[in-house]
Amino acid sequence: MAAKILIVAEHAGGKLNPSTAKCVACASTIEGAQIDIAVFAADGAAVAAEAAKIQGVKTVLTIDNAANAEPLAAVLAPQVAAVAANYTHVFGPSTTFGKDLMPRVAALLGVGQLSDIMAAEGAYKFRRPVYAGNAIITVEAPQDKKLVATVRTASFQAAPQGGSAAVEAANVSASLPSHTRFVERSAATTGRPDLQTAPRVVSGGRALGSSDNFKIIFSLADKLGAAVGASRAAVDAGYAANDLQVGQTGKIIAPELYVAVGISGAIQHLTGIKDARTIVAINKDAEAPIFEVADIGLVGDLFTVLPELEKALG
Amino acid sequence: MSKILVGLKRVVDYNVRVRVKPDGTGVVTDGVKMSINPFDEIALEEALRIKEKGGATEVVVVSIGPADTQQQLRTGLAMGADRAILVQTDTPVEPLAAARIFLKLIEKESPQIVLLGKQGIDDDNNQTGQMLAALWDRPQATFASKVELEGAKAKVTREVDAGLETIEVDLPAVLTTDLRLNEPRYVKLPDIMKAKKKPLDTVAIASLGVDTAPQFKTTRYEPPAARSKGIMVKDVAELVAALKQKGLV
Repeated sequence: MAAKILIVAEHAGGKLNPSTAKCVACASTIEGAQIDIAVFAADGAAVAAEAAKIQGVKTVLTIDNAANAEPLAAVLAPQVAAVAANYTHVFGPSTTFGKDLMPRVAALLGVGQLSDIMAAEGAYKFRRPVYAGNAIITVEAPQDKKLVATVRTASFQAAPQGGSAAVEAANVSASLPSHTRFVERSAATTGRPDLQTAPRVVSGGRALGSSDNFKIIFSLADKLGAAVGASRAAVDAGYAANDLQVGQTGKIIAPELYVAVGISGAIQHLTGIKDARTIVAINKDAEAPIFEVADIGLVGDLFTVLPELEKALG
Repeated sequence: MSKILVGLKRVVDYNVRVRVKPDGTGVVTDGVKMSINPFDEIALEEALRIKEKGGATEVVVVSIGPADTQQQLRTGLAMGADRAILVQTDTPVEPLAAARIFLKLIEKESPQIVLLGKQGIDDDNNQTGQMLAALWDRPQATFASKVELEGAKAKVTREVDAGLETIEVDLPAVLTTDLRLNEPRYVKLPDIMKAKKKPLDTVAIASLGVDTAPQFKTTRYEPPAARSKGIMVKDVAELVAALKQKGLV
């Protein structure tokens, strides 16, 4: 039986999140798979139109419901589980959206869930990281059960545009709970590229010493047109906002260029950046573990190196 | 009488650099330091703070694991939990089975809040809390960085990719913790002595009548692909030249 894969679209503000096209890329590596996308929204027309353009997608299902205005796992899960009835696989991105939702879907379906697929070796055989990426395991899932999984977005390039999938409204009958209510979201609207998807990222660590000093990270990032990231130490110390954290428990990213400034390179941080194409490390301590993974390393005081670098970049 | 159930998982200590066994059958755990999963320690700290502020009357720590897991439960008792339950098994359980086990204990204990770490730092699954909330048919508030109780409701601020999101949930509910919810307290020696007298019940996993058969089969462990050794540059000029050579600036 060929795999029939349902991908749960992630979106916000009427825009599709690039994580969805990465899930499609993962699903496309499974031979002969039919790939559909489900858009759960109050009004999903614009998001569905975007999703329909992803190559490899057959049908985009819209499940419009005022209750779907905000992505509450408890509200979405019964609907996803209902739509999943016609599929062999259900994928979501391994973002906070997907991590919150997919295990709830799996439990409603009475099955386990596979987290963070980094490669598919078949419809029921996958590779995923454990122990902060210190080990990669090959996992086999039973073929007689529905497979619910999250896709490690850093492991896949977004599937290209150019498709023309059919968009259909789907009727879903599921009783939705009222025990969970959205209150507010405080999004950092910085005008800078999104950390998760930016091709360039400049990150600062504990060595910055204060949130005021952290501004030089933003300054270099702006010069490079890069997103800003931070180590856990810098976030814990209050130098940078939580949504900038890169690492095992923060964001896992795969930019073309990653510039680590004043970051020692704890294994938990390295987990978040090891798929970066080029890693540049600037650190005062020549023994810092970050230099073991850096493609280009510079030992020096960041407070003199960064202004010089900005100047040299014109 | 409101009760909080806290899950404590025994995992390889945060500071241990985990290595894959040469034969690819697992990771080296012999003689390796084991600890409470850091996110679970944060969950316990939050439960204790809620109790200290009068929001709960009892904190019960629960673990699923081998007999040695008593060490982590004793640490939890020393931190301030009132009693402990060990669901004993020598076979690791998958998150869905763990959720089923917690549901059994919930039926018996009727907690107002179940607090779990958002993920174990061993399997990095990030599933058990969400699955438990589904099976229990109750709200979930995952990746919590702030918890405010207001009567029979909780207002929870969550760390999400876009920033911070606040939701309101009716209790009982499952909450899972993120790193910045709190800083767990240190255990003092007198508390360790006191903890020895606190009740720790052991329950055989089979006695719960729960399906714990694993669904997934791990066939191989490999070390991650190593990055090739890079170059060191001596100043900014060389750095810019190297970036130019790679076409990055």
